[in-house]
Amino acid sequence: MSELGIVYALLGAALAALLAGAGSAYGVAVAGQAASGVVTEDPSKFAKVLILQLLPGTQGIYGLLVAFIALSKVGLLGGNVADLDVTTGLLILVACLPIGIVGLISARQQGKTSVAAIGIVAKKPEEFGKAMLFPAMVETYAILALLISILAVSSIPV
Amino acid sequence: MAVLQMQRISICALKKDRKAILEQLQNMGLMEIAPVLDEDSDFQRTDTGNARGRFEKIVANADQALDILQMYAPQKKSFLSGLEGKTLIEKNLYEQDSERRDAVIRLIHQITEKNKEIAEHKAEILKLENQTESLAPWLSLDIPMNFHGTNSTALLLGSMPDSMTLEQLYAFAAEQAPDLEALDIHIISADKDASYIAVLCLKKEVEKVEEAFRAGGFAKPSQAVTMVPAKAKENLEEQIKQLNQKIKKMEEEIKSFGESREDIRLISDYFRVRADKYEVLGEIPQSQKTFVISGYAPAKVVPAIEKEFRENYDLVLDIVDIQEEEEAPVLLHNNQFSESVEGVLASYGLPGKGEIDPTTVMSFFYVFLFGLMLSDAAYGFLMFAGCAVLIKKFPRMGNSMKKSLRMFMYCGISTLVWGILFGGYFGDAVAVAAETFFYTEITIPALWFVPLDDPMRMLVYSMLFGVIHLFTGLFMKGYMLIKDKKYLDCFCDVGLWLLMLVGLIIMLIPSDIFASIAQAKITLPAVINSFGKCAAIGGAIGILLMSGRTSKNIAARLALGAYDLYNVTGWLSDVLSYSRLLALGLATGVIASVINQMGSMVGSSVFGVIVFIAVFIFGHAFNMAINILGAYVHTNRLQFVEFFGKFYEGGGKAFRPFQLNTKYVDVKEETYL
Repeated sequence: MSELGIVYALLGAALAALLAGAGSAYGVAVAGQAASGVVTEDPSKFAKVLILQLLPGTQGIYGLLVAFIALSKVGLLGGNVADLDVTTGLLILVACLPIGIVGLISARQQGKTSVAAIGIVAKKPEEFGKAMLFPAMVETYAILALLISILAVSSIPV
Repeated sequence: MAVLQMQRISICALKKDRKAILEQLQNMGLMEIAPVLDEDSDFQRTDTGNARGRFEKIVANADQALDILQMYAPQKKSFLSGLEGKTLIEKNLYEQDSERRDAVIRLIHQITEKNKEIAEHKAEILKLENQTESLAPWLSLDIPMNFHGTNSTALLLGSMPDSMTLEQLYAFAAEQAPDLEALDIHIISADKDASYIAVLCLKKEVEKVEEAFRAGGFAKPSQAVTMVPAKAKENLEEQIKQLNQKIKKMEEEIKSFGESREDIRLISDYFRVRADKYEVLGEIPQSQKTFVISGYAPAKVVPAIEKEFRENYDLVLDIVDIQEEEEAPVLLHNNQFSESVEGVLASYGLPGKGEIDPTTVMSFFYVFLFGLMLSDAAYGFLMFAGCAVLIKKFPRMGNSMKKSLRMFMYCGISTLVWGILFGGYFGDAVAVAAETFFYTEITIPALWFVPLDDPMRMLVYSMLFGVIHLFTGLFMKGYMLIKDKKYLDCFCDVGLWLLMLVGLIIMLIPSDIFASIAQAKITLPAVINSFGKCAAIGGAIGILLMSGRTSKNIAARLALGAYDLYNVTGWLSDVLSYSRLLALGLATGVIASVINQMGSMVGSSVFGVIVFIAVFIFGHAFNMAINILGAYVHTNRLQFVEFFGKFYEGGGKAFRPFQLNTKYVDVKEETYL
């Protein structure tokens, strides 16, 4: 049953990109809606609210990153697919989970925080630095998850 | 690295010099007005609201006129025009004679009036177009619409719901009013919702007929023109045409004012400045013959202000240092490198009372950490070059914009250096291109090591940088306490913590958990090991005993100490937070290599090269943008949360001098600062 190993590995990579990406899509979308409202009132705030909108977008990139490391680890990108046993495949799957799940949840929540921060910019544009900090706080946990995923994926022997 | 020392200047002068002194102060722009005296029977404030309102109205009109000009005679603005800054003009041009100013104000009125007329004409056209439209169904009627009939006949015009044929109409009439003597129905036009009909009947029967048709939903036209509809339509169209011509003419006229744009800008700024002056005038207490003006100025320019005023006017000028309870506005002064991060500092908060200016220390860490997070030599070079070119090309851009660009320029250099150390040049673009197109293996070796190949090592370094950053914060706190001569506080809140943390670190280094992370077992001499243990325990006991020293109650004191000791988890999470240096650095490199790989997928052919270049340009532009954003946000976070959390509160009020606050032009002035 050694074919299943690569399936699990691919599943892990897919989950990392998929969950984190979906979360980011949601987060960027809600923040974008709030940002559009601000820009209709005052187009000069475009650059500031754009930055705030983009903040929940990083989880998707982190997911992509882990997925890519996992794919290149098992050789799916280069064409020389490694012969994985089931255990290794499952290990990679599990290693991908932190960024997938934390990415999904943190991106959604960060999106909501961004919406609130966009509210700050709408009323007090001079407080942009502080407004940016609140969503960035949420991101910390995505970064920690990313770190564990990267460390785990890259230290699994193939 | 300093918050500029402020002094309070108070001037008492004669009212006849009021205008001159205020203008002089405003031109110098060195003093923030902060009234000291309250109103009493001798000194009172005058209400300048009216004059101010008038000036502000002119400013608003001028700005509106500029918007209108921009609409009809657009001035091409490049993408980067926001960086151009204000135009510098000579002082005599700014202080032009009042006749010329009046002329420009008249011009502004003309422009806004014309714009208003255009709007009115446009509304009129809309109305006429509606009328034309409502005539459309009646166009084939060849009698005026208000024609009522002949001596013995009557004409009814109107619409019936639904499209009906002539037969249906006659049948309907016969059904509703069977005893009519005569009836003649014409369908003028019909669409799917209604039939427009003309009904001729005997005058004596008109009411009966109308009633009959009304039962079927007959409605008279909303407006009856006194002309044949086709003619009326021609008339309306003629009117619309005339209005359009008028609008066009007015637009041309407005366009011809385009050259006066600069004059209007000047006027806008002139009155903006005057409104400011009147605002200050309304704040200062005045007696019958004198007035008092007071405010803050940086100590080093005070002599210049003093000299200027003592020489030219009869006045009393009083200079005092800032009192203990007084909170002076904050103006920072740093060298060119460090001042570039002042904007970041200001967005957190300027130094509050008694705090030192952390800008210098922060600027080094900022640039260092930013580069570490982005860490790609090519991106760094592009950032550096881009910012340098912009700064060179737009020498008159706003001061804060210049500082920000300079900050990114320095960050670019740092990124370049880190990129070389870690071997990232557009990720692995060189290696991929060499392999795909030239079938050779070229890699630019990293000067230090490649984080992706050795992430654990990078993690250890990230945390090491973190510890250095945090300890610096702790030292800053100690420095501030020593400066305030709070030696006991310094020993308890800084010294003991330092002792304990250093002890803990020494205990951690030889442990297995550290060895597994660092992938190397480090053994320290036994002396150091036991020193570490003693330091950690001693520090912990010290904190336990001393943190709650303000409390008299022993139990409460120990409880407070224990609670403070719990902060050691805060230190742990602070240090772990620096793992983002690794994560973001990897993100840049990995996404860059994803892009390179995607670009190389088509293979080695002419088409492949084109695809590679396209993917390369768009991909790396995207990656750069998203990672610069990430590095910026997270560098700020590390500064604000981890670093400032150790010693800095902020909350100072920025120095806002009474000056020429212009929007469009800068007036050439002698500089004093």
